[in-house]
Amino acid sequence: MPKSKSLARGVAIVGAGMSKFGAFSEKNSRDLFVEAFKEMTKSVDKGLDPSVIESLYVGNFSSDQFEHQAHTAPLLADAVGLTPIPATRVEGACASGGLALRQGVMAIASGMYDVVLVGGAERMTGLNTAGVTDALATAADVPFEIPAGFTFPGFYAAMASAYMHRYRMTPEHLMNVAIKNHDNASLNPNAQFGVTIQKWMEGRVAAAIKKGKPAPTWSTIWDFLHDEAGNPTVAWPLRLFDCSPVTDGAAAVLLVAEERMHEFTDHPIHIIGSGQASGSALHDRPELTTIPAAKIAATNAYEMAGVTAKDIRIAEVHDCFTIAEVIATEDLGFFAPGEGFKAAEDGVTARNGAKPINTSGGLKAKGHPVGASGVAQAVEVFKQMRGQAGERQVAGDVNLALTHNVGATGSTCAVHVYERRN
Amino acid sequence: MSEETTTIRPFSAAAFNQYIAEHKLMGTRCTKCSKTYAPPRAICPNCHSEKMEWVETSGKGKLAGFTVIYSGPTFMSEQGFDRKNPYISGIVELEEGTNISARITGIDPLKPSEIKIGTPLNVDFIEFGEGEAKKTYLAFKA
Ligand SMILES: [Zn+2]
Repeated sequence: MPKSKSLARGVAIVGAGMSKFGAFSEKNSRDLFVEAFKEMTKSVDKGLDPSVIESLYVGNFSSDQFEHQAHTAPLLADAVGLTPIPATRVEGACASGGLALRQGVMAIASGMYDVVLVGGAERMTGLNTAGVTDALATAADVPFEIPAGFTFPGFYAAMASAYMHRYRMTPEHLMNVAIKNHDNASLNPNAQFGVTIQKWMEGRVAAAIKKGKPAPTWSTIWDFLHDEAGNPTVAWPLRLFDCSPVTDGAAAVLLVAEERMHEFTDHPIHIIGSGQASGSALHDRPELTTIPAAKIAATNAYEMAGVTAKDIRIAEVHDCFTIAEVIATEDLGFFAPGEGFKAAEDGVTARNGAKPINTSGGLKAKGHPVGASGVAQAVEVFKQMRGQAGERQVAGDVNLALTHNVGATGSTCAVHVYERRN
Repeated sequence: MSEETTTIRPFSAAAFNQYIAEHKLMGTRCTKCSKTYAPPRAICPNCHSEKMEWVETSGKGKLAGFTVIYSGPTFMSEQGFDRKNPYISGIVELEEGTNISARITGIDPLKPSEIKIGTPLNVDFIEFGEGEAKKTYLAFKA
């Protein structure tokens, strides 16, 4: 394993914002990025003159397929009035945003720039479900995985099958992750599904009655989650509520060299650890119950930051599927292998638990505009660490946080560690 | 294991698929460290040797992970699979110690909780389409 190096100079986040996540028929990724940029600008405590921004790195998986628009970065830079600064698109499937963030960190640490904008944008709902399935499938090892009929829910379902066999987990355990993340999203005004599963179920019943159809007889959310009519199987053992949605959205963070951070704010969030690793196709791994690239990225990020898993107060992890959150929390060292699935059930990962995970609602309920997700994770920890997360604010001193962003089945992973010092 | 080997074809996805069309599950073996890879590799990730050779695998393996897919990619819908007719995709650990993704047949997809990890499997090939459009897919049968 390559040894983790330290940053040549410190990097801090001084502004962060995101668009509303959802399905927007009248918006393209550029419109969403403009929204995120405006929110980011508003968040800079001492104000931002955009002309100080020297470079843009933007995570985008596939505007080519989703919007029939390639060459995204200069268009996004231009839309927010930043041309002619360099604008670079970074692609790592669903980890595109995390990789863009890392590029921004390295660009500042190297001394090349002092002020860098990192963005992420994806507009996915222009394609129908089959189109989105086929577009996302291009993030797999296409010649060797796709002919087997695999879809992305299918890959993670295969991991879940191996996990269930090895650790005696049941599909019900995974439902606890979905329930928790919907609870968190219900307190996030930017979330795509800002409702608890209880409210969702009640909405379904009310809609049926309104249409004069027989009302479903679900008395608890468990009835609802076990019913094919409420929660259909997508790829066994994963059902609809185990899967993140198809989302349009964008996010932006402003990174600056530490020596200049006080020009922007007196409450910066420092990025003190960054790790990235890659891996093979899912079938080519010795175990299906862990993502090796995530473990390596985490080890490197912890080592650079000089902290351990135990020190991390909150984390935004890549819960593209409920099983992915379970595996993530084990790969990050929060829980021992085979213990992660119990954490949601026991409330350990709840907002008021010992290790709050995905306070934003996660990809699962906040939404997963793939190229934007890694940057939106940084937006959430920025808000939580500064005590600006509103109703979903975690109590106590959130001085250390982590983000974990995975591409495809784990062939790419980026992990970042954040610190608040005052 | 079949002793049939050849060095004529390149170590590519196209060559692998050509073998699949001939109903042969071929891998590449590193002549230096003897590790076998299916899907094939042109460079050995274990010892970085570039001296590889094609070998036909035993075609025997066991189920390492699986799913029953109710909403598949377009090409699977075209083969008649949908919510009422789901199919199994899986990861198979071959006797040779290499893993591969494949369709899984000979097991009831409607009883997924009865499917056991570790189930012994044998290579199989699924053909779809006619004439020029005919495609052969790798499968493993319980
Ligand atoms: Zn070798």
